[in-house]
Amino acid sequence: MLGPNVAWYLCVAAFLFSTGALGVLLRRNPIIVLLSLEIMLNGGNLALIGYSRHLGDGAGQIFAISVMAIAASEVVVGLGLVVAMNRKHITLDVDRMNTLRG
Amino acid sequence: MTLVASAGNVLVWIVWIGAAFACLGSGIAVVSFSNPFFSALALIGNLASLAVLYLLLSAEFVAAAQVLVYGGAVMVMFLFVIAYIGPQQESPWAGGPSWQAVGAVLAAGALLIEIIVVVGLKASGGLAHSAQLGHAFGSPAEIGRLFLTDHLLAFEVTSIVLLVAAVGGVILGAHSRREHWGSAGSDALRAESTRPG
Repeated sequence: MLGPNVAWYLCVAAFLFSTGALGVLLRRNPIIVLLSLEIMLNGGNLALIGYSRHLGDGAGQIFAISVMAIAASEVVVGLGLVVAMNRKHITLDVDRMNTLRG
Repeated sequence: MTLVASAGNVLVWIVWIGAAFACLGSGIAVVSFSNPFFSALALIGNLASLAVLYLLLSAEFVAAAQVLVYGGAVMVMFLFVIAYIGPQQESPWAGGPSWQAVGAVLAAGALLIEIIVVVGLKASGGLAHSAQLGHAFGSPAEIGRLFLTDHLLAFEVTSIVLLVAAVGGVILGAHSRREHWGSAGSDALRAESTRPG
């Protein structure tokens, strides 16, 4: 395998995952929380594909494609919620959304 | 022969360093921009540099799907919604560090150290030598063969999940629209009933 070995890719994946976790914990705008969630999922994807290359097994890539489909579904529902909140004039701040009543 | 191999090695290292730093930098940019529009644009750069890393890991089909699905469809949806609800500035670092911000940074740093320690303790010895690959590894034909033989259940469940997500999106949109119409209709009725004469 040319270039860096899989440990370097795993370090990048761990850093991406923590960056996304920081965004999810820190930011209050639900859209940026969703974007940070995408970064976390991509960190997981990078680790899956790195191990898939390391072990020579294609199952990791199948996992990564499934994760991408789940991420697309999650974005559809999350953005639908954001648009619905915006239509009902609810403040887009995850710290203020502490009741489940519409 | 070894000269060619080492030149290729150096080239792959250079591409890797560029893609990895672009990936990490744009990830930090997504988290720290105050305008969600700029965050979404930084996420597009993040996804593109991740596609380069996938290509270096000989996952060609996943890289293409990443650019098409994420960089194309999902990000267009994000940008549409951000343009729809209008700009909302939020500065995460304004007003000095709050206990929430300190706690978030501590938790994320603990997560990073934890992952690296676990991977380093458990797997560092076996990570140096990777398996030899066949020519078909990561090609669309190989991915399709795996999806339709070994991972057929995951394929079918994914299609059901996508269907449920589409129905959920339609319900979320239609629900608020019906309420909107309902409130407009009741306003009209109220106006009708309070009209004098």
